[in-house]
Amino acid sequence: MSGARLLGGSGPAATALMAGLAGASALGALALLESGQRGLVLAAVIAVFWLFSWRLTVNLAALEPVGRAGRTVLGILIPLVFGVTLLFLWEFIVRGLAVPSVLLPAPSDIGVRIANSLPILWADFVQTYLKAVVAGYVLGCGSGFLVAVLIDRSPFLKRGLLPIGNLVSALPIVGVAPIMVMWFGFDWPSKAAVVVVMTFFPMLVNTVAGLNAAGAMERDLMRTYGASSSQSLVKLRLPAALPFIFNALKINSTLALIGAIVAEFFGTPIVGMGFRISAEIGRMNTDMVWAEIAVAALAGSLTYGLLSVAERAATFWHPSYRKA
Amino acid sequence: MTSAPTRIAEPGAGIGSAGPLRRLGRRMVEGRTVPILTVVAAILAIWYLAAIGMNWQTETDKLVRAGEAYGIVDTIAATWSAERPILPAPHQIVAEIWKSTVLVKPTSPRSLLFHAWVTLSSTLLGFVIGTALGVALAVGILHSRTLDRSLMPWIITSQTIPILAIAPMIIVVLNAVGVQGLLPKAIISTYLSFFPVAVGMVKGLRSPDAMLLDLMHTYSASRPQILAKLRWPASMPFLFTSMKVAVAAALVGAIVGELPTGAVAGLGARLLAGSYYGQTIQIWSALVAAAVMAGILVWLVGLGERISLKRMGERS
Repeated sequence: MSGARLLGGSGPAATALMAGLAGASALGALALLESGQRGLVLAAVIAVFWLFSWRLTVNLAALEPVGRAGRTVLGILIPLVFGVTLLFLWEFIVRGLAVPSVLLPAPSDIGVRIANSLPILWADFVQTYLKAVVAGYVLGCGSGFLVAVLIDRSPFLKRGLLPIGNLVSALPIVGVAPIMVMWFGFDWPSKAAVVVVMTFFPMLVNTVAGLNAAGAMERDLMRTYGASSSQSLVKLRLPAALPFIFNALKINSTLALIGAIVAEFFGTPIVGMGFRISAEIGRMNTDMVWAEIAVAALAGSLTYGLLSVAERAATFWHPSYRKA
Repeated sequence: MTSAPTRIAEPGAGIGSAGPLRRLGRRMVEGRTVPILTVVAAILAIWYLAAIGMNWQTETDKLVRAGEAYGIVDTIAATWSAERPILPAPHQIVAEIWKSTVLVKPTSPRSLLFHAWVTLSSTLLGFVIGTALGVALAVGILHSRTLDRSLMPWIITSQTIPILAIAPMIIVVLNAVGVQGLLPKAIISTYLSFFPVAVGMVKGLRSPDAMLLDLMHTYSASRPQILAKLRWPASMPFLFTSMKVAVAAALVGAIVGELPTGAVAGLGARLLAGSYYGQTIQIWSALVAAAVMAGILVWLVGLGERISLKRMGERS
């Protein structure tokens, strides 16, 4: 196979070649930046890097792997390559154009900052995430779920609460943050309270919808078994509601982090992710802000990923997981 | 309505013999009006009781300090009309909203309408940009397998990032470069509102089934033609559903975007100023204003949905 065909081709060999070329051009651009080289040469090398890694992504996307493991690996690999490409481009552009780090720090600077301030980041994470978010999330989701199960017995309450719950879900609830800070003080309980209010209604609305999701046929079957309403709740309607409940859990995992961080803008002890962000932005330490955002992003994505795994395990019977 | 003999044969005849008023009453009980009103009344009652409980301590202290004899009625009245209550009673909030919308000129910074307009303008700008961006991304993802597999996971990941955390930074950084006013807040609204539109539109543009797509192929329609004549119309219900989510998210973005700017104008600034000076009634009235605005915006999108779907020939 000739080199030209390899460059235009899309097989595994061509893909590996692309990966090598993209990596080499990235290293080349980094070397040029280190030696202080600017201008057209650098721009050309960066353009070549972009071309190669785009081809790499296209090639990877065109692959049709056999087996589930291959598909899973590829499903992670493609976005990863894309993300790493963007990170490199960010680095090249910031350093090539000498963008002041107050405006936009390079990814490498942010990495160094994260490595140097691990204790602070950990303390903030504990304060905001492990205390406020987790407590508020558990309380908010738990009470939303319980209220949904309780009002499920009364069609009258359901008809009254559902439209109001839907309306409240669309409201800018973060706005209650200053009130909660006034009521519960500066420390984490006030943030947890904001999280409770934010997560309650999505959980309520989704659980009520989920409890109605079981089909009429299945309900009739439960009735022919002579199942009591609590038996039919536990054995039929709660399992049928699980996809909806997990949907609410996923939505709430993001909302909870947002609520806790924004609530810290309204008053906080001198620790916490929201406090750090607003304090460091005041001192123009943009790299520290980005470090906190990286931690928040990591925490958010990990929580989301864990919830997806739990959902997969709990709702394995759902049609959306059936093999195509 | 006259009871002509032929009507007996109609479906449902005889059921409505109770008269129009009774029928209306039954429809309200079995529909949603009465349940909703009941729940709202219950919330208001709980609110008033909570206002008594939460303001009890401070108000009794005040009455004791005043040194006059007071009964339980006086105390309850005091908890519902405190100057800086811990929880204001609903009528106090309504009075404050009335005072700051009708009695003050809308151009004055003391008017709630002025602040609402500031927030509304950046919400709408961000919403429009976000919707356009979301649609553009969805079209790109639809037509490029590479984008679908590389960009789509990141679009979803982008929402697990608590993006509002970046809001202060975007505002301050853009402020440092000289971009001020509407645009920085609108950018935050854009970020929050593009996601539901992008995801909803990818789903919507893919919603036409294989039969319809095959029909377009037999017409030898080009991809832009398929997009314009089949996929785009088919995605309208999805677009409007996601726009409802997007407009609510855009409002949240605009409000949070106003927090770090030094509390100059906007509902978010009003919240922050209220929390600095302990003006609880002001905070609550700003919150109610934001809630009303969110309700109106979502309702307007819903109205647009009904009108355009009706014009496209959908029957409910």
